[in-house]
Amino acid sequence: MALKLDSKTPAGELSQKWSNHKAAIKVVSPANKRKLDIIIVGTGLGGASAAASLGELGYNVKVFCIQDSPRRAHSIAAQGGINAAKNYQNDNDSVYRLFYDTIKGGDYRAREANVYRLAEVSNLIIDQCVAQGVPFAREYGGLLANRSFGGAQVSRTFYARGQTGQQLLLGAYAALNKEIAAGSVKSYPRQEMLDIVVEDGEAKGIIARNLVTGEIERHGAHAVVIATGGYGNVFFLSTNAMGSNGSAAFQCYRKGAGFANPCFTQIHPTCIPIHGTQQSKLTLMSESLRNDGRIWVPKKLEDVEAIRKGTKMPSDIAEEDRDYYLERRYPAFGNLVPRDVASRAAKERCDAGFGVNETGLAVFLDFKTAIERLGKETIKQRYGNLFDMYEEITDVNPYEQPMQIFPAVHYTMGGIWVDYNLMTTIPGLYAIGEANFSDHGANRLGASALMQGLADGYFVLPYTIGDYLSKKIQAPKVSTDTPAFAEAEKAVKEKIEKLLSINGKQSVDDIHKRLGNIMWNNVGMARTKESLETAIAEIQALRKEFWSDVKVVGTADSFNVELEKAIRLVDYLELGELMARDALNREESCGGHFRSEHQTEDGEALRHDDKFAYAAVWEYKGMDVEPEMTKEVLDYEFIHRAQRNYKD
Amino acid sequence: MNFTLKIWRQKDAKSKGGFETYKVSNISPDTSFLEMLDILNNDLVHEGKEPVAFDHDCREGICGMCSLHINGHAHGPSQAVTTCQMYMRKFKDGSTITIEPWRSAAFPVIKDLVVNRGAYDEILQAGGYVSVRTNSVPDGNAIPIPKADADESMDAAACVGCGACAATCKNGSAMLFVAARVSSLAKLPQGRVEGARRAKAMVAKMDELGFGNCTNTGACQAQCPKQISIAHIARLNREFLAAKFQD
Repeated sequence: MALKLDSKTPAGELSQKWSNHKAAIKVVSPANKRKLDIIIVGTGLGGASAAASLGELGYNVKVFCIQDSPRRAHSIAAQGGINAAKNYQNDNDSVYRLFYDTIKGGDYRAREANVYRLAEVSNLIIDQCVAQGVPFAREYGGLLANRSFGGAQVSRTFYARGQTGQQLLLGAYAALNKEIAAGSVKSYPRQEMLDIVVEDGEAKGIIARNLVTGEIERHGAHAVVIATGGYGNVFFLSTNAMGSNGSAAFQCYRKGAGFANPCFTQIHPTCIPIHGTQQSKLTLMSESLRNDGRIWVPKKLEDVEAIRKGTKMPSDIAEEDRDYYLERRYPAFGNLVPRDVASRAAKERCDAGFGVNETGLAVFLDFKTAIERLGKETIKQRYGNLFDMYEEITDVNPYEQPMQIFPAVHYTMGGIWVDYNLMTTIPGLYAIGEANFSDHGANRLGASALMQGLADGYFVLPYTIGDYLSKKIQAPKVSTDTPAFAEAEKAVKEKIEKLLSINGKQSVDDIHKRLGNIMWNNVGMARTKESLETAIAEIQALRKEFWSDVKVVGTADSFNVELEKAIRLVDYLELGELMARDALNREESCGGHFRSEHQTEDGEALRHDDKFAYAAVWEYKGMDVEPEMTKEVLDYEFIHRAQRNYKD
Repeated sequence: MNFTLKIWRQKDAKSKGGFETYKVSNISPDTSFLEMLDILNNDLVHEGKEPVAFDHDCREGICGMCSLHINGHAHGPSQAVTTCQMYMRKFKDGSTITIEPWRSAAFPVIKDLVVNRGAYDEILQAGGYVSVRTNSVPDGNAIPIPKADADESMDAAACVGCGACAATCKNGSAMLFVAARVSSLAKLPQGRVEGARRAKAMVAKMDELGFGNCTNTGACQAQCPKQISIAHIARLNREFLAAKFQD
């Protein structure tokens, strides 16, 4: 049975849709809110802001996170900033322009109405955060400062040094703390959701594992919200936190929620290159650096050789011998082209042999011109903490020599399919922030992830969830003493027992690294029919190996990190295949998804709107069974789709 | 590079712990400290032994999840970095490295190097926020804030809540942590409204949870990976005293 996809996009003018929708949906009275329970999984910007806002409204909220405190969620690591259409710079920004840039940046593969709403509420986010005491950067006149980010020609990015995500999360976490103190929200740190419970076709709660004691617990609620971020760690090496994982989202998929566009992965252009095979984690250098940094490789191969050998320093290369390839190829946007474009351009130069380190997988990000123009002090003020971090990691002083950077997996635009209300195909189950698929199409613009997380949590979900819960005001407390809960708990316990009993030869990380290699080599920055078929076959074989040869030490009823990792890898081993299948199906290039067979003469992504102007939504059919795909056709009522152009 | 590691092992909160010695070899100087522990752990798994439990997450020095006393220093011998941002080139080849969990009565050990820092959450829940409702706020530019104040607020807000200050303090005081939050909000007009209530409530909670008193030794500042200044403690004291006089 194919999925039934009703986007519930409201009718009417683009700019009126959200207002009309809010007026049309139902609300729940304060007295009734007190009777309704909501579970939120994840405490990043989406989860924390939703939990705080829903608690304030009077619902009973339970919030879960795998870290020791809600404040640690990976939103905290976002560096550069958050977009909003304030037009404080008087550079002719507007809600429409932010909407347009976002949908164009996503290569016309996002839902129009959702993106417009995102732009519309963006301004409220800045107001909210300022009121919470978020110390945004300010001008000498005391008003808020802005900077530029990729994919935009206006300055609309608000920031707090290189720690914007941290400050916004601390704001949301503070709002959450206020509600925890008030008793409307109960926090469950070091707890991991291992299954979603569906009964009578509706989400009724979760099965969670207490990561300290190993206890398996049942939690019931009238609605469940997944805010667990993306699944980039399927690649093993990424800029995601070590604990970030795709398992909560994948359990929803297993239980019947549609999973949309899983192949849309963002490879971020400015990360510190890989140094060896023992690496566990890649580090991002903020996109904000592209405001003042210029990206280049030498024009001559002999200079590349000399730099690799160490006989020449990058600063020895004369200006005329440098290829500022982004400025050359994209004069209008220069170094501030969107991430997918910048990443592919770096790959193109490295494939041609111009990579500047021993592995041939690095390009320069150079501040020489900016330091000459603005002085070292100004650059230090703007990016000091990032420069320090770079030096700490690489032992190179970026004030004197250019940084080396290379693209790395950073974000996943794909995710759980949601309608305009952010509800999944399972009634009562919602997905917000990076966990859903809705707003970024095939490529996310910089400084838009923070915007989406907070838009969903503060300003969208608190309204739309009421529409569903208004039908539950007569419903009693959800009982966890039911066959559905018992069955889900049993399945979780059996999975854990099975994992602990295999006692094979390979560690969880051994297998995860192999999966990461398959993914990076075949489902990475450039994909072909052949590479994707290879990936699917290799992942299937690796999955079999996992289930017969993995070694998970320790016990089920204790603090056991190996077991946590094994449970997550089970899902990565299926998710990786799903990503490859989706990429194989999408015979076009768009945004971060680049099929080498489909490119323009000058190597740009070539979309096929006649065939692929849809979101591919997958339905789970079993571990070794092909999933079924249903299309949500993306009707563009207001925007004309064009070949993306960052040249003029 | 090769190292001998003396690591604190403790089965759970109730068990008694002790040091065990391990060897790691062929470590690249570019390996991070936590990657070095990953390598050790992978070896232990292959030997069928339980790996060393330690807290970590973002590995970019911002989430505050990693901890560790390394050779007696919170977050290791380097200044101004968290454990995850320390690289093996900072250690002498062939040396012995001692690794312990935070040692603070308020942060009980959960397992090996992992401790419970829930007390910091509780302190913030006592008042570390501005009581504004979602959507009940003025325009972001309605209140100009002098740049110097906003910058100072940001200096304090850089705190990652890792616990190094209390774990380092000989009195087990959480003053630097509390001061960072109180001071960050005190420098902004939005935070001033509840300033008195906040200072009193957070200090009272800190005392209730068994953290010690501050005797101005400055050890917290020296070990803070974000270099939060003890000047913020002075501001906390001022806020607290002013609040008490108002009573």
